[in-house]
Amino acid sequence: MAMQARDIEAMIKEALPDASVEIRDLAGDGDHYSAIVVSEAFRGLTRVKQHQLVYDALKGKMGGELHALALQTSAP
Amino acid sequence: MADIKSFIDNEVKTNDIVLFMKGTPDFPQCGFSGQVVQILSYLGVPFKGINVLDNPELREGIKSYSNWPTLPQLYVKGEFVGGCDIVREMFQKQELQAHLKEVGIAVNEAAAE
Repeated sequence: MAMQARDIEAMIKEALPDASVEIRDLAGDGDHYSAIVVSEAFRGLTRVKQHQLVYDALKGKMGGELHALALQTSAP
Repeated sequence: MADIKSFIDNEVKTNDIVLFMKGTPDFPQCGFSGQVVQILSYLGVPFKGINVLDNPELREGIKSYSNWPTLPQLYVKGEFVGGCDIVREMFQKQELQAHLKEVGIAVNEAAAE
């Protein structure tokens, strides 16, 4: 069920190649992560739209395979 | 599914603040839902909590309605504001308080400073 931090990072970077991605495994259980994602793609977008870009990058794994990902997004 | 969509539509358009959550405002059954309840209670704004655990169709339906994969989900005046992370960040930056005032919802002044 659980996802590896490097897989999460790889999926985000595949969709947002310029992104800087910092992932932390919050509980050490491979199931509760936090991610700070900074990408030019977020510029001018609402937070909802920014997070939706990240969720899109994760192709439906969020809320399924990936239980919890606390997201913080911003433009550089 | 069409019924669920119109149910959600009706709820978010007839209530100023709606929180789709796991559990109820009195007994949240998920820490993320609980955090948003705490923020709204702190701000002293009335809101309607809808427990998605009561209805599997609603639990899935709200995700496609909002194009948002997780719960809780906060709606203000028919507009999707965000999930737990966004609501918390907006609250910390006083943006949630400003947004509520902007749409005409009174916020507990002590909390808005």
